Amino acid sequence: MTDVHAIRVTVNGTEHELAVESRRTLADVLRHDLAYPGTHIGCEHGICGACTVLVDGLPARSCLMFGVQADGRSVETVESLGTPDELGPLQQAFTDQHGLQCGFCTPGFLMLITAFLRETPSPTDEEIREVIASNLCRCTGYQGILRAVRAAADMGAGAGAGAGADVGAGG
Amino acid sequence: MPEARETGPAGRWIGASVRRVEDRYLLTGRGRFVGDQEPPGTLHLVLVRSYAASATIESIDAAPALSHPGVVAVITAADLDGVAPLRGVLDRPEFVPTDMPVLASGRVRHVGEPVAAVLAESAYLAEDAAELVEVGYGELPAVVSAGDALTAGAPAVHDAAPGNVLVDVTPISSPGLDEIFASAAHVVEVAVSTGRLTAAPLEGRACVAAFDERTGQVILQTSTQIPHTVRTAVAQSLGMDEHQVRVISPDVGGGFGQKCVVAREEVLAAAVARKLRRTVKWVEDRREGLTSGFQAREQFYRVRGAFDGDGRVLGLDADIRCDVGAYSCYPVTCGVEVLMAANELPGPYRVRSYRARSRGIATNKTPIAPYRGVSRPQTVLAMERLMDEAGRVTGLGPVEVRDRNLIDAAEFPYRNVMRVSYDAGTYRESLARCAELLGYTDWPAVQARALADGLLAGLGLSCFVEPTAYGTASFGLRKMTIVPGYEQATVRMDPSGSVLVLVGTHSHGQGHATAYAQIVADAVGIDPGRVRLRQGDTELVPHGWGTFASRSIVAGGGAVARASADLAGQLRAIAAHLIEAAPGDVELAGGRAQVRGDPATSVPVAELARVAHHAAHLLPDGLGRGLEATASFDPEGTFSNATHGAVVEVSPSTGAVRLVRYVVVEDCGVMINPMIVDGQVAGGVAQGIGAALFEELCFDAAGQPVSGSFVDYLVPTAADLPDFEIHHLCTPTTRTPTGSKGMGEGGTIGAPAAVLNAVNDALAQVGAAVDRIPVRPADVVAAIAAARGADLGRAAIGGLAGSRRET
Repeated sequence: MTDVHAIRVTVNGTEHELAVESRRTLADVLRHDLAYPGTHIGCEHGICGACTVLVDGLPARSCLMFGVQADGRSVETVESLGTPDELGPLQQAFTDQHGLQCGFCTPGFLMLITAFLRETPSPTDEEIREVIASNLCRCTGYQGILRAVRAAADMGAGAGAGAGADVGAGG
Repeated sequence: MPEARETGPAGRWIGASVRRVEDRYLLTGRGRFVGDQEPPGTLHLVLVRSYAASATIESIDAAPALSHPGVVAVITAADLDGVAPLRGVLDRPEFVPTDMPVLASGRVRHVGEPVAAVLAESAYLAEDAAELVEVGYGELPAVVSAGDALTAGAPAVHDAAPGNVLVDVTPISSPGLDEIFASAAHVVEVAVSTGRLTAAPLEGRACVAAFDERTGQVILQTSTQIPHTVRTAVAQSLGMDEHQVRVISPDVGGGFGQKCVVAREEVLAAAVARKLRRTVKWVEDRREGLTSGFQAREQFYRVRGAFDGDGRVLGLDADIRCDVGAYSCYPVTCGVEVLMAANELPGPYRVRSYRARSRGIATNKTPIAPYRGVSRPQTVLAMERLMDEAGRVTGLGPVEVRDRNLIDAAEFPYRNVMRVSYDAGTYRESLARCAELLGYTDWPAVQARALADGLLAGLGLSCFVEPTAYGTASFGLRKMTIVPGYEQATVRMDPSGSVLVLVGTHSHGQGHATAYAQIVADAVGIDPGRVRLRQGDTELVPHGWGTFASRSIVAGGGAVARASADLAGQLRAIAAHLIEAAPGDVELAGGRAQVRGDPATSVPVAELARVAHHAAHLLPDGLGRGLEATASFDPEGTFSNATHGAVVEVSPSTGAVRLVRYVVVEDCGVMINPMIVDGQVAGGVAQGIGAALFEELCFDAAGQPVSGSFVDYLVPTAADLPDFEIHHLCTPTTRTPTGSKGMGEGGTIGAPAAVLNAVNDALAQVGAAVDRIPVRPADVVAAIAAARGADLGRAAIGGLAGSRRET
């Protein structure tokens, strides 16, 4: 157990200092060490994208990153996007368009799309489909997710996603 | 999609696309799944699984693992004395039961079978130590395919079944069938087969088991669709009374049937927690899920149809084989696919004479369990291939031959050849509508234009009936030793006028909290936002059977509707007493009770609730003193129907299949929440397309699974699917309190046949055909090459040369 590193990581604007084993994944650090369980683990080999978070503003598979790699970086998780009482615009679009069923893959899609809409606030339908194809959903057939992203983009969710703008600067 | 809305149409909530109440916490990362639970002191359980498909266990050396840091215990079968195996039983002579051990003892029968469990202070340390457990295997020849298993002299997977047949049923053999075939104008035969699949919910299986020293209870949190049945299985295996086991199923990240059977790991976690008096957590990883999680769907059909000169089917003769893997699942057994395949093949067609033999064949592969639709995707595949072939042979074409054989609206209720009574539906209407939406009459011209462009375009149809919500009568006929089917609901109004629904179904994506709230809201006259759902806790909710087989809105919704009607009656009686009216004159709407048409008498429902609890002395005996009703519903079965249509483009050079359009015309009776219905259809269609074109669990010749990651097992992505066009017809059923039929599986059922028929419509232009799914690009290329070799379609293929546009 000598293989432990002290790291400092900012999650959703809050700075955390903790000791992590070098092989501990960022997903486990977020979920179990720092109590952000909204980030889900679906495959642990980087395909399904349920664990997608933003690291310095860019989407990352947190199952394929070690916690130590987040040292000195800024991480955004689904918990940053809104609360049950006050959904963020993308979350609102997901509920309006039935973009989720069991909800397990949903946090990963939300983080992926959040970064996408910041970078591409007015995407074409083809661009939306291509980015949605980065992650897996087993419930929806993606129909509601595609509609939700279209709706979110049309109401300017990307342009107005200022909450992460400062932490996204490094990306 | 119907527009999401916050208010009901015409003063009713049923029928409104109310936004789901579940969404707010799931969208914000506030859902709570089993894997999120990790109380201090939790031990992590990692399984040592067999790498051999068939072997004796000669030795297990746990010492190196036990000396690894953080390891608390290594559990083998020898440590589980008194823990009984899972034993799914059909009480019928054609069935051979097979015990599924919690940990293998002496013998392993498939790769991935659990052999030992390592318990450590962290999941990382447990995984390290699992590598250190030395298991000595005496490898035996494995039986890897159903064909091999039936070969004379094949090794026996189970000594009790020397020929490897675990189920062999002939549920029907109509008299005179051979004569019908001998004298038929046309005899059409198809042989289709389907690859092995797995449900692959995004949340794998998981459980956290604890032992409560205060109560002596085992508390098992598990990702399941069937909490009460898990409790029964765990109690039976551990030799406990059911009250000594509490099963909690929190948010569940998809199930699709894989979680409607009891897993060995659930029993194991409970047994270890009791033995060690510690909290034990097991979370399946994806490789385990794809290799050791329950599988499904590897089936083979040979179906002959006798048709008269007008293209009307006179008789069906089917031989069906299902590769069920190494053990029977609990409680539905490995017979689940076998029986449903034979019983439901005739589908929506007017079949008068029928003979079917269906066998479940043991192999050294992971056991099967239900997967969304169970055998219906295959029976529909076989029947719809048959209908296309009959349309070709008779010259009637695919639409006309189906239309002549579909049960007509005037014939309902229709008692089919298996003596099953279909409630009313729109079989012919859905076909006509789907063909119209697809532009079927113009199709030859469209196809010809594509061909000129170098593409093989195809259009495929698929008609089916979706038997849903079996009740106890239907399940009883299967001869299961525990018979599911009914559902119970308790509807309880609190003093502030809000309602809590307690029910035995288990929503894991289907939106029950919303749909049930709509049912309650209409009955009691309150806003659905004032209704909450409690499910998934055997200590709190009435005994029920969980969510599977498209049963919840029928069985659970039926119970909720009945209990809500009872509660509404209580409220009307209280209101009548307070405003001095007759209960029959009181209406409940908009959160108020009043004499019909007399707003001056209006009393808030919340006031009735307050009086019922806090001022019951104002009420006569028998009124108030709480506000609660419990009801049950045991459905006789409802039958949704649909026609699916697919348009594809096939690249003759690469064999790639691109889906251009996908049209659904379905009828599930009254839709409680059309948005949720559309979501269920869409998700099902995506899974059916996955089965048709992408997904397959493959094994090598030694029985080694080679599809252990999402790189190999291809769940469809958004790029693989078109926008689905979903249309509804509505024939309310008289068999449920709400008029709703079950509909959760239809998408998955209809899609494989529609896609395969479309591919074959495309390939027919070059004289080629495929009869196995998934249709991989290599299969298409091989089929075209074979056709070319057979000197078929040479001109068409020649015409394509040099002008191919890749899809």
